[in-house]
Amino acid sequence: MSGSLRGQTAIIGIGQAGVGIATGYSALELLGQATISALKDAGVQLSEIDGLFAASSSHAFPTLSVAEYLGIRPTFFDGTNVGGSSFQMHLLQASLALQAGLCNVALICYGSNQSSAGKRLVSMSEAQWHETPYQPRHPISAYALAASRHMHQYGTTREMLAEVAVSARHWANLNPQACARGPLSIDQVMSARMLSDPLSTADCCLVTDGGGACIMVRAERAGDSSKNPVYFLGAAGAQWHRSIVAMPDLTVTAASESGPRAMKMAGITHADIDLVMLYDAFTINTLLFLEDLGFCPKGEGGRFVQNGRIAPGGELAVNTNGGGLSCMHPGMYGMFLIIEAVQQIRGDAGERQLPKVDIALLHGNGGTLSSQVTAILGSAVTL
Amino acid sequence: MSQTSVNAPTGPQAEYQAFLDEGRFMLQLSPSTGRHVFYPRVLVPGSGETDLQWVPASGLGTLYAITVNRSRAGSYNIALVDLDEGPRMMSRIVDRETAPIGCRLQAHIAELDGVKAVVFRQIDQVQP
Repeated sequence: MSGSLRGQTAIIGIGQAGVGIATGYSALELLGQATISALKDAGVQLSEIDGLFAASSSHAFPTLSVAEYLGIRPTFFDGTNVGGSSFQMHLLQASLALQAGLCNVALICYGSNQSSAGKRLVSMSEAQWHETPYQPRHPISAYALAASRHMHQYGTTREMLAEVAVSARHWANLNPQACARGPLSIDQVMSARMLSDPLSTADCCLVTDGGGACIMVRAERAGDSSKNPVYFLGAAGAQWHRSIVAMPDLTVTAASESGPRAMKMAGITHADIDLVMLYDAFTINTLLFLEDLGFCPKGEGGRFVQNGRIAPGGELAVNTNGGGLSCMHPGMYGMFLIIEAVQQIRGDAGERQLPKVDIALLHGNGGTLSSQVTAILGSAVTL
Repeated sequence: MSQTSVNAPTGPQAEYQAFLDEGRFMLQLSPSTGRHVFYPRVLVPGSGETDLQWVPASGLGTLYAITVNRSRAGSYNIALVDLDEGPRMMSRIVDRETAPIGCRLQAHIAELDGVKAVVFRQIDQVQP
């Protein structure tokens, strides 16, 4: 039954604004600029938007704030907030709503000014009462705990984690929009200031501003658009815990459930995937998701990424924009996984463009390895 | 500090803290399932039994994962401890900067920022 969603909707426009530092702009202003850019890209009028999908780090009622700011009255809206993975979930919700005829033109959007406003991660995530007395640093302590367990159980080393950061930087060096460019060595990552053992400042994603948006319509309308439509092939979410203490096994994320379900909906195997976009809030994420999504056996993520396997020219193209580690990270990065995948599938990615991208796997992460949402996008040849 | 008395009709979260304030580390046990529950809830997660009663924790556990938060103000660890009764809890190892994963631990009640909380001390080396 879920197979009926495959190829029924498509992204026809993308937009970004203020990626990096956007001093003097509010979160909604960046979201608004990204939306205008996506509408232009899609050849769609603002007044045509009747489906609104938004999550925010700074607005308690994101669809209310966004609809008012844009001056639209959507017939369907969804503000599911599962952290940075919200936008992968919105791809699924928008596809469902479009397919059911509840809306005709869907906007998925995000904006944050966290860097220029405070130079730190903005989060509305509340403290967990049973963790509060111990003062874990949110969110890094949780990811560090997972890394400590992975190292203990599988012999993963700091060098292996560092290879993830170095590979991301090599991709960023091919992306003029990336916020962190320039040489980066494994030694530099290893000698960066330690924040939460075993994670150093170089194991952490950037803190940037940025707005992002995409426009989604039913496939029959997508054929009329000027740009190559990028089709929705499948998506699935899984969530097993909220606080890190309730994660059953710190080396296995719910991506091991969301990935297979999304790939089943899309009817694809690993051999079909040309691009892998993983939410790399910390270096350990990339290892966990490569394992849980089935690109390598459990525990082998560290050895898998060694010798440049996920860097430019490597066997598996991962995070070609430079990722959250070196491209951008405006708080909830999932929106930007979509934008990079669309650019690569369209063939618009410039110097970092892969030779052939017909199928991209996007994996969003939210909370403390809590929410895992996988989405599959494809070009027209995959229909 | 919690003003709650253990005898007052309060939820499990407040009761847990009230026990700690009295110097007792208590866990919930569901006799029908044999399962201990932490953090304290009004039901057994996943199956929904409500026959939860308070029992003293053995205080013994094994270190599952650990990190040391570092800043200019100093450093402290954050530990995940697998209690012998089954549940896992966040805590701190208080008598050293860090400890090896797998080591055995003993619970103590300490005051952290004015709040009574369960912390642990290492009681032996890593199990072979």
